[in-house]
Amino acid sequence: MVSVKNVTKKYGSKKVVDHVSLKIKKGKLTSFIGPNGAGKSTLISMISRLIARDEGEIYIDDREISTCKSNDLAKKISILKQSNHINLRLTVKELVSFGRFPYSQGRLTAEDMEQINRAIQYVNLEDIQDKYLDQLSGGQRQRAYIAMVIAQDTEYILLDEPLNNLDMKHSVQIMKILRKLVDEMGKTVIIVIHDINFASVYSDYIVALKDGKIIKEGPADEIIHQDVLKDIYDMDISIEQINRCKICVYFA
Amino acid sequence: MRLKGKLAVLAVMAVATVIIYLFIQVGSNWDYVLPRRGMKVVAMLLTAGAIAFSTLVFMTITNNRILTPSIIGLDSLYLLIQTVVIFAFGSATLTMMDSHFQFLLTIGLMVLFSALLYQVLFKKEGQNIYFLLLVGIILGTFFESISTFMQVLIDPNEFQIVQDRMFASFNNVNTDLLWIAIISVIFVAMYLTRFVKYLDVLSLGREQAINLGVDYDAVVKRLLTVVAILISVSTALVGPITFLGLLVVNVAHEFLKTYRHNYLIAGSILIGIIAVVGGQLIVERVFTFSTTLSVIINFIGGIYFIYLLLKESKSWLA
Repeated sequence: MVSVKNVTKKYGSKKVVDHVSLKIKKGKLTSFIGPNGAGKSTLISMISRLIARDEGEIYIDDREISTCKSNDLAKKISILKQSNHINLRLTVKELVSFGRFPYSQGRLTAEDMEQINRAIQYVNLEDIQDKYLDQLSGGQRQRAYIAMVIAQDTEYILLDEPLNNLDMKHSVQIMKILRKLVDEMGKTVIIVIHDINFASVYSDYIVALKDGKIIKEGPADEIIHQDVLKDIYDMDISIEQINRCKICVYFA
Repeated sequence: MRLKGKLAVLAVMAVATVIIYLFIQVGSNWDYVLPRRGMKVVAMLLTAGAIAFSTLVFMTITNNRILTPSIIGLDSLYLLIQTVVIFAFGSATLTMMDSHFQFLLTIGLMVLFSALLYQVLFKKEGQNIYFLLLVGIILGTFFESISTFMQVLIDPNEFQIVQDRMFASFNNVNTDLLWIAIISVIFVAMYLTRFVKYLDVLSLGREQAINLGVDYDAVVKRLLTVVAILISVSTALVGPITFLGLLVVNVAHEFLKTYRHNYLIAGSILIGIIAVVGGQLIVERVFTFSTTLSVIINFIGGIYFIYLLLKESKSWLA
């Protein structure tokens, strides 16, 4: 379980994340939603130790993350940011191999190779595994990055806007992969996502942030509700049931 | 393997250049010529290795292929130290001063300076590496201006001495200093072996490196300190020659086309050796000492730099 206690992050005098406390359940897919500037990405970056916090504590399986060794944490929790621009010219397989670094420290064993191949299979990139990343489409590239995270084989997987700049088909592919990770491999997946319909259809829990505070959290079903969404986005959003999925209509 | 084959080619070329340098027109005075040339070769190998390696590390950390460690002002600081000594005490003192003392003083000051600079960077979280570079550039310009100011004031004869030190030269390497330099580089190399494995991951950028369990700030701080030591040693030994690094590391990247630092390190060092020893051969045999190695390296390096800039700007447009 990830538990966040009273965490605050300030940029200058502005509190981007303001005394947030939160528990994230194991083996579930949790989505962070909220308007731009609500502090979602900052919160996820603090949980994954990419940025330091000003106050508060973050526990992963009852250990405070600042007391853990970075390499041990890398075997427990992995993060994929929205802008993962890499200067190197790498093939898919080379990129995925990097995911094994916390275990192999650069010397790949037979077991590492097996994990790498399994991760590539998992995201259906076997036929293009020797292509270079800059030859791939956005959706394929995002799947390659996810394969890297899968190869890292961590219990907790954090993704910051994994659907950024993807079309519907690729977005659905990615979300299905994430759902499979939770359902079949028992991973805990935490994502920051803007499209509330994807959040509604695919996640177990939703945490809604606004102005650095959590304004609502709970099972997806409870959050996707007209009054709650009005609080979060200051918009009247009507909700329709389509194929037993709750779909928000916010276009007009 | 393909990469190993390329490295073998480089190794053969490097050894061949060294052998040609050692034995060309050796005449009959072997006892006299060989030790002298041998000493020069050792100095060249050391400098080439130190510069190639530290530039490679610097480029990996900054994720930028046109930055060299000279950008944080180490070269300018070296010149400032030399100028200040001559300005304050006159060239006689400099010539009389114990060379070990002077060598260690220069290295000490340069390492101290970079340590302070890094302290500024790593004290506050969220300062990125470009902030360090910016501060470095400003301080470098500042040092240069002070040096120029002092150089204008001193006696022209004294200025001659400063000018001698402004260009790297292997023509008069001090044998005593060579031993300290070798020992310090060996210590640094031993210290480094633990960090080499992180270089591949560091080239993915800060966030990926942290995600993969690298203690980023600590590792980068140590690597940058090592870069400062290596640059200081080679600068104090032969003079400012960091442009060599730009040339050598980029050629290594283009030639090997890999991200794996095991190969890149070996490749850059070998290319460095070929460039330095080959360049010195040209200086001695073609120009008969009428110019220095750094002039040739800076000339070729400058042309290559412009080519890189043009190529980069094209890839930006495309």
